[in-house]
Amino acid sequence: MSTPPRRAYWQGLRDGAPFILVVTPFAMLFGVSASEAGLPLAEVMGFSVLVIAGAAQFAALQMMMENAPVLVVLATALAVNLRMAMYSAALTPHLGHAPIWKRAVMAYFIVDQTYALSTLRYERDPALSLRARVAYFAGTASPVCLPWYAATWVGAEVGARIPPEFALDFALPITFLAMIAPMLRTAAHVAAALTSIALALGLAFLPYNLGLMIAALAALMVGAQAELWQTRRRARAQ
Amino acid sequence: MSYTGAETWGIIAVLGIGTFLIRFSFLGLIGDRELPEWVLRHLRYTPVAVLPGLVAPLVLWPEATGGDPDAPRLAAAAVTVALGVGTKNVLLSICGGAGTLYLVQFLIG
Repeated sequence: MSTPPRRAYWQGLRDGAPFILVVTPFAMLFGVSASEAGLPLAEVMGFSVLVIAGAAQFAALQMMMENAPVLVVLATALAVNLRMAMYSAALTPHLGHAPIWKRAVMAYFIVDQTYALSTLRYERDPALSLRARVAYFAGTASPVCLPWYAATWVGAEVGARIPPEFALDFALPITFLAMIAPMLRTAAHVAAALTSIALALGLAFLPYNLGLMIAALAALMVGAQAELWQTRRRARAQ
Repeated sequence: MSYTGAETWGIIAVLGIGTFLIRFSFLGLIGDRELPEWVLRHLRYTPVAVLPGLVAPLVLWPEATGGDPDAPRLAAAAVTVALGVGTKNVLLSICGGAGTLYLVQFLIG
């Protein structure tokens, strides 16, 4: 019995709901920082609605506060977002047959959380129909992306100062760590994760997030190669 | 900050369009085509290839401390990963990590 789209939507919503707790403070923090940096409300909202990518928004804001040339601001923030090409590629086998307008709408909502939740779900349940997959994606996007707009607005409008002892800067790392840990299912996954960490730290001195790009590409290859070795060893053992 | 309104809106517009094109790249252009097995094998590792590298510098060199390693944040990261590996429960891991962060910050004052 396959999952009907309506149920898939609610499952996505439920799986994404915990992220409200981290998306909300993160977006508020962007609103507060951007308005304190001198951006008017419309421009702060412009970032969150048109770009809708937390790390890149913070990167752009940081560069703008340093009065960097426009091209450097753009290059830095877009480099932070390059990883989303991999997300787009990873979602393509599962969602590539959807109508073009649905793919365009979903593309807009591709963020770390919607991508991670959806690919996990699609891998776990390959029998899921295309409509159910699209519905599941929409379900994850609702609690992750919609509060992003609202909380940015609250942060910018209220301009409330959040005391540093709340350490909201660490909401993002904790979210990512909580997402990564359950993915470490096989030795190949662990090898990929360790490669990513080692190279990202070692190459952190490179400008424009190039270090992360190189680390991610190398980690992909290590993971895929480790999987090949595992498969071959298993085949030989049989 | 010394940008005109037009410059700021230009940054926002180019970032918005550029980010959309990155997101739409494979999903929109490659669309219905089947991807070969070796591509799929690499794509399986995209989350564990990108996210650990993204998060590692934030854990080791948090901006809030000016980039110095910080015991509460390291402890919070360790507890989050341990809970995530042990329970596979994302919300529980986040709560455990946040709780650890505040507890250790409180303890070492």
